[in-house]
Amino acid sequence: MATYIVFILAIAAVYALLAQSLVLVWGQSGMVNLGLVGFFAIGAYASALVTTDLAAPVVIGLVCALVAGALVGLAVTLSTLRLRDDYLAIVTLGFAEVVRIVASNEIWLTNGTDGIAGIPSLFDRSGGLWFHVKFAVAATLVCLLAGILISRLSRSPWGRVLRAIRDDQVVAAVAGKRVVRYKAEAFMIGSAIAALAGALYGSYISYIAPDLFQPLITIYVFLAATAGGNSRAIGATIGAYLLVAWLEASRFLGEIVPGVSAVQVAALREITVGLALVLVLRFAPGGLFREKNEKAPHAN
Amino acid sequence: MLTVEGLVGGYGAADEVVKGVGLTVAPGEILTVIGPNGAGKSTALKLVSGLLRCKAGSVRLGESDLSSLDPQGRAREGLVFVPQERNVFGALTIAENLDIGAYLEPARSHERARDVYARFPLLAERRGKAAGALSGGQRQTLAMAIALMASPRVLLLDEPTAALAPKPAAEIFKAIRGLADEGIAILMVEQNALAALAMSDRALVMVDGRVAMDGEAQAMRQDPEVRRAFLGGRA
Repeated sequence: MATYIVFILAIAAVYALLAQSLVLVWGQSGMVNLGLVGFFAIGAYASALVTTDLAAPVVIGLVCALVAGALVGLAVTLSTLRLRDDYLAIVTLGFAEVVRIVASNEIWLTNGTDGIAGIPSLFDRSGGLWFHVKFAVAATLVCLLAGILISRLSRSPWGRVLRAIRDDQVVAAVAGKRVVRYKAEAFMIGSAIAALAGALYGSYISYIAPDLFQPLITIYVFLAATAGGNSRAIGATIGAYLLVAWLEASRFLGEIVPGVSAVQVAALREITVGLALVLVLRFAPGGLFREKNEKAPHAN
Repeated sequence: MLTVEGLVGGYGAADEVVKGVGLTVAPGEILTVIGPNGAGKSTALKLVSGLLRCKAGSVRLGESDLSSLDPQGRAREGLVFVPQERNVFGALTIAENLDIGAYLEPARSHERARDVYARFPLLAERRGKAAGALSGGQRQTLAMAIALMASPRVLLLDEPTAALAPKPAAEIFKAIRGLADEGIAILMVEQNALAALAMSDRALVMVDGRVAMDGEAQAMRQDPEVRRAFLGGRA
């Protein structure tokens, strides 16, 4: 039972990192990146390939994941410069599917649908419970550091410009702001964080395959960020922990609700997640942790 | 001195809403562009600001040729555009809006903000409030204040009194006159033509993408032909 709980905490930290990657891109800049799981996969594969094929240390794998995520994020931004709102969402959704399909078919590189096994971890797997504890602590620390970084960036003049661009990018442009540069920077940072989450995930569970990177993960993470508050790192983080806690707790619905089959329990879980989101949006429209404006300085 | 020559352009590659407009605006001068709906007034302003790409023509500010610059580049040279609508950042506070406008000299942003607050005391009172909660006239004031944070040499104002009641419109006009008196060149498109001409130095009438008339604002205001055609008055 202890291993199970620690495992859930580790996975929640990975989800929290993913949710945090949405803060600058979606919450602060207003870009809907439905290709989140694609960047998650890019990071997982970049790290796995470097640490297995090239036998590089795990830390180097994590750095490679960050770089790969940022570079692919830049490519996606530059190819979607003219797109906003729904159109950007559709294209990025397509991007994630392309990543999954390429991973499934480029067998020489990714081992196709068989996936990559035996990915080295940051810690010795033979440690039993301690292995999980160490990883959960490490992932939580990474999550905490990323959260602090995102919060500082959000509060900086750079973050203020992102929010201005989210409000109206034409006005931001005529106010002298390099809109494309700011959007690209935010997207690159967000993509790098999502890729880092992928690398941590792969190194923890030691195996990755294209089927692990389904669009449902993106939807779950968006739900988490929406419920917690998509423009603050703390909101996205708490949202992710609540989502994972609820997804795990609701596995036991079958024992509480009489007369439902396992398939019906699975459907009930999805329904309750949706219902919880509706309730949060009804009673806390900006999420549990709403965006805060900067305190205005004295006029004199 | 803002000098625009032979400006041609529109919203698409083949579109020519503006068909060869030329004008000059000296420091401290207000040039108001009037004309019927669809004459290309706002389009001309967007071409000057760089929001739309010119097919032909040039935009110069003093000795600098700004024709190849994007809106950000032109703003950094001192040519600042204030759009007609959606011209403030509604989710940000007034103070944050002003900070967004201060990019040329971030170190002096506090000093600039203090000047702006002194000029517009209402903004100082509400500096911690979200801009989205302001009334139409207050938003327009804030839009000009954002532009002022960049120490502009030329302000391009697209219908600054659109949808405003007479009293706030008069206050906006007064503020614009004050800015011009401090040496800022102002190129303004305005539907409220009579009131705009009353506080302008020169005026230009655009019809079908071209300059139909150009002259002193007060003379234009008294011109029977202009009054009949564009000012809703009798000859």
